[in-house]
Amino acid sequence: MARKPTTTTASVRQETLGKIAALGTTVAKAALAESDPFVDVPTRTISNTTYNETRRLLQMGDATLRRNLFNTGQARKFMQMVLLSKGCKDLLEAQKTLSLRGMYYKSLHTIAGTNEKTFDDQEESDGILEDIEVSLATLRENLHLFAKKRGTMVGNITVVDKGDSIDCRRMGTGGYAIPSICEPSVVQFAKCDAKFVLHVEKDTVWSRFNEDRFWETHNCILTEGSGQPPRGVRRLLYRLNKELGLPVICLLDCDPWGHYIYSVIKQGSINLAFESERMAIPDARYLGIRSADFERCGLSDDVKISLNDRDIERAKQIAEYPWFAKKKPWQKEISQMLRNGFKMEVESLITKDISYVTETYVPERLKAKDWID
Amino acid sequence: MDASPNTAMSKPSTRRRGATAEEMSLQQREISVSEFFAKNRHLLGFDNARKSLLTAVKEAVDNALDACEEAGVLPDIRVELLQRSESRFKVTVRDNGPGIVRHQIENIFGRLLYGSKFHRLKMSRGQQGIGISAAGMYGLMTTGQPVLIISKTHRKKPAVEVLLKMDTSKNRADVVSETEHPEDDGLFADGHGTQVAIEMEGKYQQGRQSVDEYLDQTAIANPHAHITFITPSNETIEYKRGTNELPPEAKEILPHPKGIELGTLIQMIERTERSQVGGFLQEEFSRISPSVSKEICLKAGITPRTWVKNVGHAEAEGIYRAIQEAKIMAPATDCLVPIGTKALLSGLLKEVKAEFFTACTRPADVYRGNPFLIEVGLAFGGELPKDELIRVIRFANRVPLLYQQSACASFKAVLETAWRNYGISQSRASLPEGPIVVMIHMASVWVPFTSESKEAIADYDEIRKEMKLALQEVGRKLGIYLRRRQRMKHEGERRSIFERYLGEISQATEAITGTSAKRIYDSLLKVAKRKTEEADAVLDDEGKRVKDADPLGKDASVIILPARAIRANRADAPEETVSPGDSKRAAPGLFGDHEAAVKPKTPRRKG
Repeated sequence: MARKPTTTTASVRQETLGKIAALGTTVAKAALAESDPFVDVPTRTISNTTYNETRRLLQMGDATLRRNLFNTGQARKFMQMVLLSKGCKDLLEAQKTLSLRGMYYKSLHTIAGTNEKTFDDQEESDGILEDIEVSLATLRENLHLFAKKRGTMVGNITVVDKGDSIDCRRMGTGGYAIPSICEPSVVQFAKCDAKFVLHVEKDTVWSRFNEDRFWETHNCILTEGSGQPPRGVRRLLYRLNKELGLPVICLLDCDPWGHYIYSVIKQGSINLAFESERMAIPDARYLGIRSADFERCGLSDDVKISLNDRDIERAKQIAEYPWFAKKKPWQKEISQMLRNGFKMEVESLITKDISYVTETYVPERLKAKDWID
Repeated sequence: MDASPNTAMSKPSTRRRGATAEEMSLQQREISVSEFFAKNRHLLGFDNARKSLLTAVKEAVDNALDACEEAGVLPDIRVELLQRSESRFKVTVRDNGPGIVRHQIENIFGRLLYGSKFHRLKMSRGQQGIGISAAGMYGLMTTGQPVLIISKTHRKKPAVEVLLKMDTSKNRADVVSETEHPEDDGLFADGHGTQVAIEMEGKYQQGRQSVDEYLDQTAIANPHAHITFITPSNETIEYKRGTNELPPEAKEILPHPKGIELGTLIQMIERTERSQVGGFLQEEFSRISPSVSKEICLKAGITPRTWVKNVGHAEAEGIYRAIQEAKIMAPATDCLVPIGTKALLSGLLKEVKAEFFTACTRPADVYRGNPFLIEVGLAFGGELPKDELIRVIRFANRVPLLYQQSACASFKAVLETAWRNYGISQSRASLPEGPIVVMIHMASVWVPFTSESKEAIADYDEIRKEMKLALQEVGRKLGIYLRRRQRMKHEGERRSIFERYLGEISQATEAITGTSAKRIYDSLLKVAKRKTEEADAVLDDEGKRVKDADPLGKDASVIILPARAIRANRADAPEETVSPGDSKRAAPGLFGDHEAAVKPKTPRRKG
């Protein structure tokens, strides 16, 4: 189970450098042939995403969008793509890593003879880096890039992070900050006694559970992803599920955004469908909050948050996703939420009692195996 | 005389009422034409001091140009305005024409309605034989000074100098004095020519409807003429030749039967020397063959052999009606000499600072039996003012028409043209707006003016229709140009987008692949240029024509100047370059120049 502490291996690095070089050569050749250089970028939209029913995860289709240099709408993006490819090459050769923001700054400058900058903001650079990732059929990690750290973990497990042994049972109130790169080359699992993983939507709920030592009494691992979990958190959950065989159970808000977080954890995101295979957890379960809980738990009207038009539209969209469409419990869940006309956050359970969620709600549901798939 | 309320009226009135036919007959006598026009001089264009000065110059220059062309000489005309006092000028116009034989001088300069042009149908500037003698008469009336004429008909013959004084009551001129110049007086460089000098009341003011404007426009329509203008402030303005080709001589034609009115027909019948009707019709009209003549006669109830002296009013009317019904060929049009597209363009190019020029010459057409043709030139952009109504300049037989624009058929034709179709904005019933000069020329053996002062062309349907067709043709070309200019601008913007990123791309590609950034950059730049070729139509255009790929490029009726050439174009003749302190300046343009030109105030020359 334990692996040697390294960043990417030399062979992965060489492979990635080869892919970047190939991209550069295509551009150079097209230029010298005096033709219009282009890069085919796989499209990352719902239309190019298919749900594989056997494997129960999202997969990216073959559709690509040709990005030409000599097209007024694409010239700038084309330039940014070549520029960032060069940045990644520098990074790989130096055997160092950079945050997305770091790479943005590395490639940011004013274009000679103009007052135009290579990027307007980091968002522009981040989007292009994702384009490079899919065009080169590689991963962000292999390009030595990482995102801002987000997500926390405590529980009955000891991990080794770049050689440092970390006992997640002794993390105080803060917890172990889940790194952006959770590849086996960086993070290995040592001793684990936990029987399952409880993933909660956000930090505030996670703190409640940690303070009540929930992971100790129920022998589990407790994680949170600050909303939509970043790739690091998803990769870690995947590995805990795949490598250690731990079931993943989610406690999320009762609203379209909570539902979509579950959807991403379970079968991958539309935007990063190419990474589903190494991140999606088809066996993940949704524990709550459920739309029926308002009555079941006897909550007061004060916790209701009315659905706005955007919520309603999004809920309908989610209900139509192929991976939800055939699941009756989910259709029931969503239609009941729409009938209710309101959404509920996990925190709404606090109105019953400060520790109602950790002492009553979750234990009861776990015992009854009352979750939806 | 009865007791009516009128008895209270004044005496002279009462007396007139009682005048007998005999008494009245004492007052009744012939009025000479010159008396009539002396009283009604406004009909001839002498209604105010400023206009009078212009009319005098115009009549003299028109005559000079006609004389030169008829003699086959490239016109070289010198106009001088000498200011005698606040409101008194001496107008002197000298040409290099054939001169005038001694015995005709009194007739030409001293009699109204005396001329070579009225009785024949031939395209020429003057047509009535009023102009120059009216100017002399006006001068005599306002200053008492006679007209001075110097004429030299041959290098070997001495020039004659004649002082003429008009007698309006007799429509004749008296010779005040007559001298012979020495053979080598040096006045006429070519060895022949005419000079006329008139002292008159006048007012010199530049701007619209001025002597300057008249000469500017004359230079446009007569690019074969060289005109030197010495202004009252002793500046010399030169209008250089745009071409050395003299326009071909206009042919004289016989009247076309369809254009004749009954009264004229009767007059012609009374005057003819032919004895039989058939001969009369065939010889005195154009386009009447023996068979057509026979057809007309039979329809009129006579035969071609009928004696002319037996044709009375009824028969004449019959002939007239038969003519209207008969099928007669349209008049020959080779009697018309258009300015021509090439010369029009060269004239506009010379005098208007614009970027786009086009011109069109319509095929000849006929109104009231008179052949005519319309030409239109158009200049766009450059230094022409953008936010004003367009400027229409009008010509009849190459003579600029400066007054009564809105009464002119050409003006109406401009209003009725749908300029918006060509990308020019136009409010309802108004001139379009934009940096445009439109020039309209009517060439005809007889231009139908609305008045004797020849200021506006009468609004015949046929004429206006032709004008509109010509305007539409140049308008279409302007539209193509404007659309293309828009496209070029767009392509230029596209190219700059591409070029902006090429440096970054080639450097990064070099860093990735090791291929030389310069090689990549150069290749990509080539592609960028190729992809935005449209923009090059301007960039590459050093000369006057755009590339062959362009629809306007092959069109000889279009000239497009690159922006930087517009200014240079006007000062293309190096020897004409204006130097400070020099009283010479290049001929002013139609716009902006009057304010902009440096006008050195040098001391008045002798005189």
